[in-house]
Amino acid sequence: MWKRIRESRLLWPFVAWIIILAFDAIVEPGFFRLGIIEDPVYGKHLYGNLVDIFNNGAPLMLVAIGMTLVIATGGVDLSVGAVIAISAAMGAVLINPALGNQLITNDILTKNATNTPLPLIILADLAAGTLCGLWNGILVSRAKIQPMVATLILMVAGRGIAQLITNGQIMTIYYTPYFWFGNGYILGLPVSIYIVAVVFLLAWLLVRKTAIGLFVESVGINAKSTYYSGINEQNVKLLAYTFCGFCGAIAGLILSSYVHSADGNNNGLNYELDAILAVVMGGTLMSGGRFSMFASVIGAVVIWTFTVTVYSLGVPANALLAAKAVLVMVVILLYSDYTRRFMNRLFERRGTQHGTAD
Amino acid sequence: MAEAQDIIRMQGIAKSFPGVIALEAVDFSLRKGEIHALMGENGAGKSTLIKVLTGVEQPDRGTIELDGKPIQVRSPQHSQELGISTVYQEVNLCTNISVAENIMLGHEPHRFGSIDWRKMNELASKAINRLSIDVDVTQPLGNYSVAIQQMVAITRALEVLSAKVLILDEPTSSLDIHETDLLFAVMRNLKKEGIGIIFITHFLDQVYQIADRITVLRNGKLVGTFEAASLPRVELVAKMLGRSLTELNAMSKTRSQEEENKEKQTLMEAKGLGLTGSLDPVDLELNSNEILGLAGLLGSGRTEVANLIFGVDAPDKGSLTVCGEKAERFSPLESLKRGVALCPENRKAEGIVGDLTIRENIILALQARCGWFKFLSRQEQDQIADKYIKLLGIVTPSPDQLVKNLSGGNQQKVILARWLATDPKVLILDEPTRGIDVGAKTEIQKLVMKLAEEGKSCVFISSELEEVLRISHRVVVMRDRKKAAEYAGDVDDQTLIHTMAGEL
Repeated sequence: MWKRIRESRLLWPFVAWIIILAFDAIVEPGFFRLGIIEDPVYGKHLYGNLVDIFNNGAPLMLVAIGMTLVIATGGVDLSVGAVIAISAAMGAVLINPALGNQLITNDILTKNATNTPLPLIILADLAAGTLCGLWNGILVSRAKIQPMVATLILMVAGRGIAQLITNGQIMTIYYTPYFWFGNGYILGLPVSIYIVAVVFLLAWLLVRKTAIGLFVESVGINAKSTYYSGINEQNVKLLAYTFCGFCGAIAGLILSSYVHSADGNNNGLNYELDAILAVVMGGTLMSGGRFSMFASVIGAVVIWTFTVTVYSLGVPANALLAAKAVLVMVVILLYSDYTRRFMNRLFERRGTQHGTAD
Repeated sequence: MAEAQDIIRMQGIAKSFPGVIALEAVDFSLRKGEIHALMGENGAGKSTLIKVLTGVEQPDRGTIELDGKPIQVRSPQHSQELGISTVYQEVNLCTNISVAENIMLGHEPHRFGSIDWRKMNELASKAINRLSIDVDVTQPLGNYSVAIQQMVAITRALEVLSAKVLILDEPTSSLDIHETDLLFAVMRNLKKEGIGIIFITHFLDQVYQIADRITVLRNGKLVGTFEAASLPRVELVAKMLGRSLTELNAMSKTRSQEEENKEKQTLMEAKGLGLTGSLDPVDLELNSNEILGLAGLLGSGRTEVANLIFGVDAPDKGSLTVCGEKAERFSPLESLKRGVALCPENRKAEGIVGDLTIRENIILALQARCGWFKFLSRQEQDQIADKYIKLLGIVTPSPDQLVKNLSGGNQQKVILARWLATDPKVLILDEPTRGIDVGAKTEIQKLVMKLAEEGKSCVFISSELEEVLRISHRVVVMRDRKKAAEYAGDVDDQTLIHTMAGEL
């Protein structure tokens, strides 16, 4: 029993989460307070720090789900931040009511209206991100470029593409139905949480109810043996990267909806690194192999809880990265072989003393 | 007198790794101005001996003398300082900088605090002229062929590191005939200058072309050191494989021949199947219920045949017909669909997926054939895994053990199970018994024979003649990436050895 808990991928993310929450409880007694508030647009809903963590953390959770698959194949996707920006820019441009107008006036630009149907906007968003993922997948699986280098291309170029789409402008969105994804509520809970749940469920079904999960793990552990076993290891990788791009696209949709704008330079900045951290926290090895998407999602929650904690302590936003560095360091230490051996020894000694091992 | 000329004398060298004895009391000596070939099959201990000499590994026992003085080689760098240099199969130089820079790297002449380019080029071209080859030292190294790159590596070893002993590890494996001749000319020049050369190769012809003496290792033990001129080729092969000729002559065939009477049907046929640079066109025929032995030394082309048939490499010549259908596309997946399976030579790198469980490893190929979306249920997986664990006698407490924790023999059985689960018609086994203990070895041999009786056809590749002869109905011998001969099952191993050595 102890052993199973100790070896579970979920142990460390949960421990980290509880430690941070305990810290919050001591330092800031009001941290867990939840209340119900009446919103003029979205009606009654829950509010509080915990709700914020899940609402603001939703894009990262989505990206972490996609990143888990990519890392499990032994790769990495550095371009998800840029994919978020592209998807956001795509949405903002299509919403823009001035699209197709001859005469552009300020009145038209700031009107709460659009000429493009909302489903089409969403579809275009998702298509843009998925295409980006496909591109990464082709570079990695067919052109055999190292994943870090291959995705670095889009990481750099993607922000340029996003700015090309928006013509170099930061585009503000005035069309209120679009805000629903990042700000709306269903049954008192943020819409973004439902989106994460649906995507997670889809991904879980895709991975665990088909052979894809097994193939992804097999490719990550030993790509050559996998190929010799008759599995098209190139297509497995292609799928992982494409799915990661798809997740980035949804994240971009929520983010741009949340901040009511698309900014090629800042949408989803550093998300790739946070996502990698979340996956690593979830116990998936950077070298690939066994993975748990749920553990990655918890990892993303930990990162956002930490972020909200740091903010609520009054640490200025620009010092956040320094604080995050501490978190990264602790995580890396916790996952080192040294700590693992130490923990194993500690538990085994206790076990033998009390005769309750396992 | 001869002893006084020894540059290197290694005595009683022993080295063991966890679970393996790599070297057992091996003696080796190298004279001044001698080309000394080091021979042996895989796992014979050649590379460990070289690693001990170059300081990569420390010996457990034994002494090394250099010019009569006992030395302890602490590290590869230390061995270079002592004058022992190695040129590897894969040249480890930088192809994007000039030849001169490669030669002088780390020892560039300086003038006023910066590199004196003119002097460097001068020194470098003087150095390379010593090998009497014509090279423009200011050109990037990448502009030259692998052969020249090797010469540059040799020049660097001789000039900058002033080597007295040169170790050439499979230097000719990627060279064509002309380039090999060039290298041999250089080696003969160096020999005249008194440099001692240790030459490691799998090519028998080349050994007799250039070596003065031959040392043969087998299973970590010294078989002996011989003058090349007085050691017949056949005897060398016999020594590498571990048989004396008299013993071979005395042996007689005992295998039962009753299967021969059964009606033969051609199941697989390769016509002129080949790949440029890898395998010369080969004709092969495999009948139903038959085990076809594929014999040959390492590097003779046996693995290349297996890889072409299984589609790991796509052939560019000839055709392959399985069950009357001509193969159009080549990949492991296509072969799987055709009913061809391969247990690859390198179990760790190409066979097992170490961090997956036994169950997952066993169903992997079957799942690959079913496709991505027809996922075998856990129940089906367990059934298949249990069936083959029982059938092949895989020793494990549970099918959910990680494969990497199994012994070599059991890992091999898991890979065998993976393919049997797909119910193949043709099963190619590339060195299925290598590196596993004797008990598991006979078990696997018996298993292969039983499979053939039950209607599978097998291609059995092994460097152990005894094994090939015991279980094969027919034997094809490979040599120098060509099919050398084909024999019926009642061939004696002396004939095989002669064929492998290229004297028949």
